[in-house]
Amino acid sequence: MCVALPGTVIRTDEKTNTAKVDFSGNILDARTGLVSVKPGDRVLVHAGCIMQKLSESEADEIDELLREMDEV
Amino acid sequence: MEKVITTAHGSGGSATGELIGEIFEKEFHDEMDDAAVVDAGARVALTTDSFVVTPQIYKGGDIGRLAVCGTVNDLLMRGSRPAYLTAGFILGEGVTFSFLKRVAHSMAETAKEAGVRIVAGDTKVVEGSPGKTPEIYINTAGCGLMDGWKDASGKTVSVDVSAAKAQPGDAIIVSGTLGDHHATILGARMDIDVSTESDNAPLVDMVGKLITSGVKVHSMRDITRGGLGTVLKELAGASGKIFLIRDESIPVRPAVRDFCGIMGLDPLYMGNEGKMICIVAREDEDRALEIIRGSVYGENAQVIGHVAGAAEEKSTQAQPGDVILRTAVGGERSIDVLRGEGLPRIC
Amino acid sequence: MADLDSVKRFLKNYDGPEMNIMEICGSHTAAIAKNGIPSLLSPKIHLISGPGCPVCVTPSSYIDRLISLAGMKGHCVVTFGDLIRVPGSGESLASARGKGARVAMVYSPMDIIPMAEKEPETIFVFAAVGFETTTPVYALLMQELTEKKITNVRLLTALKTMPPVVEKLCGDGAPVNGFLAPGHVCTVSGYAAYEPLAEKYGIPFGVAGFSGQGLLIAITGIVKNCGKGVVKNYYPMVVSREGNREAQTLTDRYFEPAPAVWRGLGMIEGSGRVLREPYREYDAGSFDLTEDRQANPACRCSEVLTGRVRPRECPLFGKVCTPMTPQGACMVSQEGSCFTYLTAGRRD
Repeated sequence: MCVALPGTVIRTDEKTNTAKVDFSGNILDARTGLVSVKPGDRVLVHAGCIMQKLSESEADEIDELLREMDEV
Repeated sequence: MEKVITTAHGSGGSATGELIGEIFEKEFHDEMDDAAVVDAGARVALTTDSFVVTPQIYKGGDIGRLAVCGTVNDLLMRGSRPAYLTAGFILGEGVTFSFLKRVAHSMAETAKEAGVRIVAGDTKVVEGSPGKTPEIYINTAGCGLMDGWKDASGKTVSVDVSAAKAQPGDAIIVSGTLGDHHATILGARMDIDVSTESDNAPLVDMVGKLITSGVKVHSMRDITRGGLGTVLKELAGASGKIFLIRDESIPVRPAVRDFCGIMGLDPLYMGNEGKMICIVAREDEDRALEIIRGSVYGENAQVIGHVAGAAEEKSTQAQPGDVILRTAVGGERSIDVLRGEGLPRIC
Repeated sequence: MADLDSVKRFLKNYDGPEMNIMEICGSHTAAIAKNGIPSLLSPKIHLISGPGCPVCVTPSSYIDRLISLAGMKGHCVVTFGDLIRVPGSGESLASARGKGARVAMVYSPMDIIPMAEKEPETIFVFAAVGFETTTPVYALLMQELTEKKITNVRLLTALKTMPPVVEKLCGDGAPVNGFLAPGHVCTVSGYAAYEPLAEKYGIPFGVAGFSGQGLLIAITGIVKNCGKGVVKNYYPMVVSREGNREAQTLTDRYFEPAPAVWRGLGMIEGSGRVLREPYREYDAGSFDLTEDRQANPACRCSEVLTGRVRPRECPLFGKVCTPMTPQGACMVSQEGSCFTYLTAGRRD
């Protein structure tokens, strides 16, 4: 359920409540309105809408999770 | 006023003659008779394919280029030298002359690139439906010669390839990045600006170089609808061997990977129009890869895996005909043919 | 600190009590198969696919209604690709389209707005299926429809929320020792909603992302917390305890909780979302769609969805029930558990 992918906001358009979001060069017009965003933000897009901002760079996340996990 | 196709152009009368004279004969430089008489030698390969793509013009190509590439590549995959095509057009009422001319011109250019002649054709017109942009559908049939390819020294080289010929230890090579055509078409339909273009291309240079090099090619298949996954599974099934594939070696552009991520699709099942898979003897692996990479449209070729050897066959639970994919995290899964249509999904 | 190799070693060599971990998100089902996760687990860790695919849990009467709407004069059904091939009690939208019904496939519900503006005389019906992640998108659509005073759009809703169905599974004694909590649902709803369930049933929940590594880490966390009623977040990049408040508020403005029928599971109180009273004029008749006719009486989808039966244990699996001839919901969707087990060759 709920296919969603992170991309980067290139610019926002307040008149149409949309943002151009870049996914490895693909440009998608995504609807804003569920979270406030600005150019440069990393965001999660689902069904053409921005669902959430990413808290930090994804590259660090797995390392971070492993750091928090005790010895296994 | 812009000239458009009407039902009269499919009547077989003067309007049809005008259409043939004005567009097809001019572009294809051959007399479009009821049947063409060609010099075919003894053994020939024959094939046919129909093309209905929407949008009809897309980044990197159009339906005309596609109609030539599809049939030429089918001929190549049997090791034949593509020589002649026929073209059947089904035109929606209202198609403009300029659009048809563009498509025919693109066919002519692509045929020239592929070294084939378009020697016979047919035109029919169908009524349009209200509110729908009229479209062109094209069928191309092709004839390829089985008398071999001339190498640099003028010697004739032939190969005998078939889907069933994969041998234990053989290398499995993909000629380039996957999913570019599918992503381009679907992106246009879904109104997403995809950062790639269609790979529609005739693979004459690649196949010719591969064959004349003397590399022991066991199987070749163009990777079209159904994608790499479907072709791998079919080849493994036909040969009764087990294929071992490394996910990380499968070439996919980041833009196509992300497009698949957005659409809930798998690059393994994305369609292509200028890619092939070839299975070559293990000892020829490096040379085959080098030749493909050095040929037109082959610069991103990769060895993606190999046919299981006798020891590997014994040590795995996999059955003959299985395709086992080793994933980036080190897991294993088997690959099936494409099921259903590969529609974009959201949930 | 652990590293990925030690995580993999732990999962492969685990020799504690048997663990049945259920994922309740279809994208997890798909990601688990795609990454070959089951092959990396000890025989004592089993992954079970729960009711996480909204298409799979939508009753047949919903599809039947969509088909009849698509066939009505002056109507067009607009849908995600997921629903096109799903059979109702007989036909699917795809087969109905072949007979002249009007069906359009889109990527975003928002795409319906330009369609409706261009053809004001046509009624456009959106097939509004989904869980917590997708419902805010329909709320945005409703906001725009009301603001722009567009009157020729309707929603046929089959919207669902996860916690009530998890509660039902646990309450009915499903053989589950841990849950992979749905990453993108939790992005919107937050993971606090699962805390009372974890506590009540003494079961660990791990919110997981969708990468192979992320899944392995979350599964490890769940196994290590076996028997503990805790919720851990292994997807902090986008998931917080509270979730997306703006999305929740907007959703609540247009939608309210209601009972909902889940294919194979029956009616679950409070597990649905329907348009609130002031917006009912936008509803295409979603309220009486409770009938769920099972095409084949031998189908064991309901037991598959609740973890009682593995897909391969169903007598129809891969024989009469295939992706081309699905007998039950789990084989229909690309995220259905039977579909993924069959196509990825999962033997567990």
